Amino acid sequence: MLRDTVYLDHAATTPLRAEVLDVMLPHLRDGWGNPSSAHARGRAARAALDDAHERIATCLGATAREIVLTSGGTESINLAVKGGAWAGSARGHRLVISAVEHHAVEGSARHLERHGFDVAVVGVDRDGRVDPDAVAAAVTDRTALVSVMAANNEVGTVQPIAAIAERVHRHRGVLFHADAVQAAPWLPLDVEALGVDLLSIAGHKLGGPRGVGALYIRRGTHIVAQQHGGSQERHRRAGTEDVAGAVGLATALELAVREMGTAVPRVAGLRDRLVASVTGPGVTVTGHRTDRLPHIASFVVADAEGGTITTILDLEGLACSTGSACATGSAEVSHVLTAMGYPEAEARGAVRLSVGRATTDADVDRAIALLPPAIERARAAHAASAGPDGTATDAAPRPAALP
Amino acid sequence: MSRVLVAMSGGVDSSVAAARLHAEGHEVIGVWMRLHGVADAYSERSRSCCSLDAADDARRVAGQIGIPFYMLDLEREFDAAVIAPFLAAYAGGETPSPCVDCNTLVKFGVLLGRARLAYDCDAVATGHYARVVDAEPATSRHGDGATTARRSLLRGTDPAKDQSYFLYGLGQEQLRHTLFPLGAMRKDEVRALARDHGLATAHKPESQELCFAPGGDYRAVVRERDASSVGGPIVDADGAVVGAHSGIAGFTVGQRGGLGVALGSPRYVSRIDPATNTIVLGRREDLETRTVAIRDASWVAGEPPADEFRAAAQVRHGAAPVPATIRHEGRHAAGNATWTVTTDVPVWAAAPGQACVLYDSDVVLGGGRIARA
Repeated sequence: MLRDTVYLDHAATTPLRAEVLDVMLPHLRDGWGNPSSAHARGRAARAALDDAHERIATCLGATAREIVLTSGGTESINLAVKGGAWAGSARGHRLVISAVEHHAVEGSARHLERHGFDVAVVGVDRDGRVDPDAVAAAVTDRTALVSVMAANNEVGTVQPIAAIAERVHRHRGVLFHADAVQAAPWLPLDVEALGVDLLSIAGHKLGGPRGVGALYIRRGTHIVAQQHGGSQERHRRAGTEDVAGAVGLATALELAVREMGTAVPRVAGLRDRLVASVTGPGVTVTGHRTDRLPHIASFVVADAEGGTITTILDLEGLACSTGSACATGSAEVSHVLTAMGYPEAEARGAVRLSVGRATTDADVDRAIALLPPAIERARAAHAASAGPDGTATDAAPRPAALP
Repeated sequence: MSRVLVAMSGGVDSSVAAARLHAEGHEVIGVWMRLHGVADAYSERSRSCCSLDAADDARRVAGQIGIPFYMLDLEREFDAAVIAPFLAAYAGGETPSPCVDCNTLVKFGVLLGRARLAYDCDAVATGHYARVVDAEPATSRHGDGATTARRSLLRGTDPAKDQSYFLYGLGQEQLRHTLFPLGAMRKDEVRALARDHGLATAHKPESQELCFAPGGDYRAVVRERDASSVGGPIVDADGAVVGAHSGIAGFTVGQRGGLGVALGSPRYVSRIDPATNTIVLGRREDLETRTVAIRDASWVAGEPPADEFRAAAQVRHGAAPVPATIRHEGRHAAGNATWTVTTDVPVWAAAPGQACVLYDSDVVLGGGRIARA
């Protein structure tokens, strides 16, 4: 059944690439040694792990010792934000984040707020862009860490990371973290060119395995470990390492970097077809027109619930999302769209289609055929259950009143 | 075979409803409705049907059956259709009937509308213990010549579980698109079926409390949402002040406990007067009546059987139905028809705001809200 579905939710996760699985399998079957063990089996595992560190580092323009492997993007971000904030707390207890950060950054900052940090949130414009000078204005000599995402996961807007890094580093010693989890397979991520101190990536967003991520930590940057135990990852992340995962992440990242030149225009072309097909009265494309990730088509549909549209599409065999996977079922509107100035009624109509390297023209054709009737049905349901102001009427309608 | 949307609460009943329909070959879609903020928390304690644990249970069962599953946020709709009238009833000295409103306006209102209009479903199904059958003879009630059979709403066959009382507000258009797969089953059969299917909820305990009042504390809901309540006197039948209350909201006609008064013989709340902010007590026999006025009447068939007819009247879920004569009393200025139910034998503690449901044997004819005398 799932074989027949069209998957346009690559911003949520991507299929594991066959090449990646192939290189991982020997490490799961035979290379199961503990990299910390002194014996031959341990050394073999350690060699594979070291190799993965080096390859990941090379892809980011870093060195192997600057890479800490983690259980995924969220852990990388938690380690960067919390570990960096505590390490910098001698300067002061102040953090600066943007208003459109992923919940991993925002939640980490809020956690620190409960432990005495001030959190300054820098707003964005209608396109979701952070103004580097607004960041500069928010950073003080008391600031421990600044975190701004490389590109947004809901609307795809790319942030001017190098310009922000330059502003942040006008204050000596302030750490700058960029969440590059969504950006990783699509943007060149040279840590020197970007000027970041910390950078997070995740395996499953780029054709690698779930459950593995990496954090770049610039040489000489101190962070406070958030997970304690053994001395793995140079005391920065305790726990026996997932060698197969590390190898998978390294391979997926290498492939993504190698293929970027061909994959980006191809994927952007598919994305543009999707955007062109939905653009029209009552549909507004969200995010920056040009400075955006190539794979995300995000838009808001007037007079409809995005969740209704995605449910209708799922029943038709098309997987996409409203923009942010929510575990609680709450239709809380996107904090990203809210920060971009979309009123609640408009933000409720958010839909995100995200293509991937395996997406075909036929997949996009099918999506283009399914979208208009899905939007039409969702609007009909919305019209039946909403009052003129877009909210529920006092007397909820009975189906008897429906056409 | 048709496409059916099943409202899954995460309890055993709706789990089995979904499993049965799936086994019968329907294309089943499971949904869990997020109806209020209480649903946003996990709880180690609460058995509410609406915590996130319940959503997880529903999702697990949907996965076991192998059906699509979605979470629908209907908080705003639930607030307007259920919570607001709930608060208004208490503020007016009445006893609300939130489960009736939820069935009529949310499950078989908003949800059914969305199921049909958005998801192309033919019906909504729930785990209610009630039955929908074709009425005899199958005649059309529509001017369009469609030979649509009239539907009847019947009690569930398990007398201990029958929930038809809460469903009297459904009409023909709703019943044509409603399935109650458990209507002819007993609870032990439902549990056995859940075990046979290996459903995760097979051994889950019953949930009886109001879903939006965790721990059963519905007075906390009132306090949180309506701070306007002020204290007043509790008086005995002769008018003597015997105690004080901290707000009439939350008191119910027939209530015995929680009054904070001790008199020689048992006293019950017999009347709640919002105008004077007074709780009036009475002896057990003072709460007996043979006349109950009802407003906001609703008829399953679409119209009442006659301007005067005989039926069995039930003034409370679980109360014994009592033979009665029901008479049309004309219309209020608002066009709201009122009816008088005169019972052959007295009923006890008919609480204004609660439903009075009228039956012909097992058939639900309709009902309305008990009006203030």
